[in-house]
Amino acid sequence: MDLLLRNVHLIDPSLQLDDSGLDLEIRDGVITRIGRGLKSDGEIRDLGGAIVAPGFFDMHVHLREPGQEYKETIETGLNAAMAGGFTSVCCMPNTEPSISDPFVVSYIKEKAAGHLVDLAICGTMTKDRKGDELSPMAALAKAGVKMISDDGAAVRSAEVMRRVFEYAQMFDLLVTQHCEEHSMTAGAAMNEGRVSTKLGLPGWPSVAEEIIIARDILLAEYVGGVRYHVAHVSTKGGVRLIREAKARAIKVSCEVTPHHFTLTDEAVEQHGTMAKMCPPLRTQEDVDAIIEGLVDGTIDCIATDHAPHAAHEKETDMVSAAMGIIGLETAIPLGLTHLVNAGHLTFAQYIELSSTNPRKLLGLPAIQIKEGERANLTIFDPTKKWRFAEGDILSKSHNTPFVGAEFIGKVVGTVNNGKAHFRA
Amino acid sequence: MNPATKTASNTPKTKAFSPNGSEFSRIERKDLLTIEHLPTEVIIHLLDRSDYYLEFLKKSGPFQKSKVLEGRTVANLFFEASTRTRTSFELAERRLGADVVSLTPAVSSLAKGESVLDTIRVLEAMKVDAFVIRHNVSGVPKFLAEQLPEDIHVVNAGDGVHEHPTQALLDAAEMRAAMGDLKGKHIAIVGDILHSRVARSNAWLLKKLGSHVTFVAPDTLMPREISSVLGVETTHDLDSVLDTADAIMMLRIQMERQARGFFPSLEEYREQYGMTPERMLRSNALILHPGPINHGIELESEMVYGERSLVLRQVKRGVAVRMAVMEWVFS
Repeated sequence: MDLLLRNVHLIDPSLQLDDSGLDLEIRDGVITRIGRGLKSDGEIRDLGGAIVAPGFFDMHVHLREPGQEYKETIETGLNAAMAGGFTSVCCMPNTEPSISDPFVVSYIKEKAAGHLVDLAICGTMTKDRKGDELSPMAALAKAGVKMISDDGAAVRSAEVMRRVFEYAQMFDLLVTQHCEEHSMTAGAAMNEGRVSTKLGLPGWPSVAEEIIIARDILLAEYVGGVRYHVAHVSTKGGVRLIREAKARAIKVSCEVTPHHFTLTDEAVEQHGTMAKMCPPLRTQEDVDAIIEGLVDGTIDCIATDHAPHAAHEKETDMVSAAMGIIGLETAIPLGLTHLVNAGHLTFAQYIELSSTNPRKLLGLPAIQIKEGERANLTIFDPTKKWRFAEGDILSKSHNTPFVGAEFIGKVVGTVNNGKAHFRA
Repeated sequence: MNPATKTASNTPKTKAFSPNGSEFSRIERKDLLTIEHLPTEVIIHLLDRSDYYLEFLKKSGPFQKSKVLEGRTVANLFFEASTRTRTSFELAERRLGADVVSLTPAVSSLAKGESVLDTIRVLEAMKVDAFVIRHNVSGVPKFLAEQLPEDIHVVNAGDGVHEHPTQALLDAAEMRAAMGDLKGKHIAIVGDILHSRVARSNAWLLKKLGSHVTFVAPDTLMPREISSVLGVETTHDLDSVLDTADAIMMLRIQMERQARGFFPSLEEYREQYGMTPERMLRSNALILHPGPINHGIELESEMVYGERSLVLRQVKRGVAVRMAVMEWVFS
């Protein structure tokens, strides 16, 4: 690939780089020149001042393969990631079979080979996510797994969770918990609050998330060396617990989804099952606390929890409907519109949340935009006004409440592994 | 998809959402889904019409059917068991001259909205003009109404823990008949508020008519946000409302709630929340109960048929109210 990107605004927080009007040349996947007024006889793309940042990494996506290919496949999911501006994603292990064994890891790696988007793989923390026995972490780590989770469910037993922490720390695996006290959330269709009371729907109280976060922080502190990560934090109380734990120097990190920094449970009244996810959308107070957490660094990264579901799984009542929405293709527009353009975050902060921090947590090498480095880039126009249409969606499933939404900020392209993809 | 352009030959696309607010609400549909969204003037009209139909039903001798719904077909879909409400609706529909089909599909705890949709599509194809639906999941009647063309009406006969509009209408009609104008009156609703759609619909309606409403329940059965959502007072002390309540509505306690840990025993429940003979003496309130009654728990048997009880009148009024409602959706 010989590509000259003309007139770009380079932002790389790790190099304290923030400079516009630059040209960037890539040959065979390597950044060869950065400068002004560069000439080239290869392909030239004028990007009109678009921002070029280190490639974004979504550390929480459900690719559904193996086992649920009717919702999404590795191929369609990675294509959606690429269109969404990501050069790397980490897929979650609640597949069928679950990623409890190295052979599943190999299967997935093979399927993902050769794509522009790199695929990191999360293994389970207990065998088959049952919450009883430790998964074969040594074998999984050897196969290249850097993170473990039973995502979709929390490990219910504190005793088992203690053993998971003790064992995982030997391999420096990031232990990621889906924080839900299941005894309080049976049958829940949405957040427990004014809206659920009005609609007469069974609710998922915020304290059910906070209980597990508190438990795990105490266990992680007790065990000592483990790195603990809270998946998709959704509550004000959860953010507070994490902030306090960080102040005590406990190795805890967390991620938040774009829908949790933009929507509240009131979205259920308008969007019905397209606003049903787990953990659920919460109240404005929770959204405000999450944005505060993004600003003050309590929240380490943005991860979509991309959860494809087939149409028939959503076209039903609120209790029966599957939980989750796709997120890869709306993450960056939502972040640009509601975090950066809304004045909460600078580009540098947004890039740290979307690229630098998740890579660090997963032990991936930092990306640097400088000559000699491999080109791993996310390119976006933060001023472009546009409307998200169903026809834009590359994911196999279309379950999102954002169809028809208006955004300020659009992905222009993605560059990685010697390939480049530019949106129409 | 614009339902107004739907024809019998289209395969309607099921909608799960609308991006720009509810497309559904822009179309003039005549359904009875909630009391929450029912205008006060319609409520009063329905109460008045129920008075008319109550008189109509009192006529002795072989029934003269009204012709209001002649030529119309109504399907009663009861996905949750209920003999009394279903029978009440069936009688109401038949007295109005409609052709009636009743389905009580076997419903497991895993019954899904999609099989309801399949049933509706089949009946729709057979030219049913209205669906009366009871389902154990809140929101199903609205979900179904959104899939149907606007000339097919939906009446909510009770959805999950959400609303039971016709129950509230009949309760209000009887209270009005016994007490006159409900404005300024104090109504207490006692029991398992957490799981009661009857309490919610009644609260919406009574507030619209200007009454004060107090919910009485142990804290384990009182939803945390109910006061701010419905504008009702709440208390866990039944004795505190006995001298101020003009009417007390007792709700049925479901035995399995005890098993699930909401209260320790039926004895304790009765002692704290039952309308015992002793409490009856300390109050002048009229007594209501939507039925079926757990005799000896919420109410003693002799009270049910006593002169302060509206229970039997509620049942008679039920058919009259449902006639008024069916007449209204088709008007």
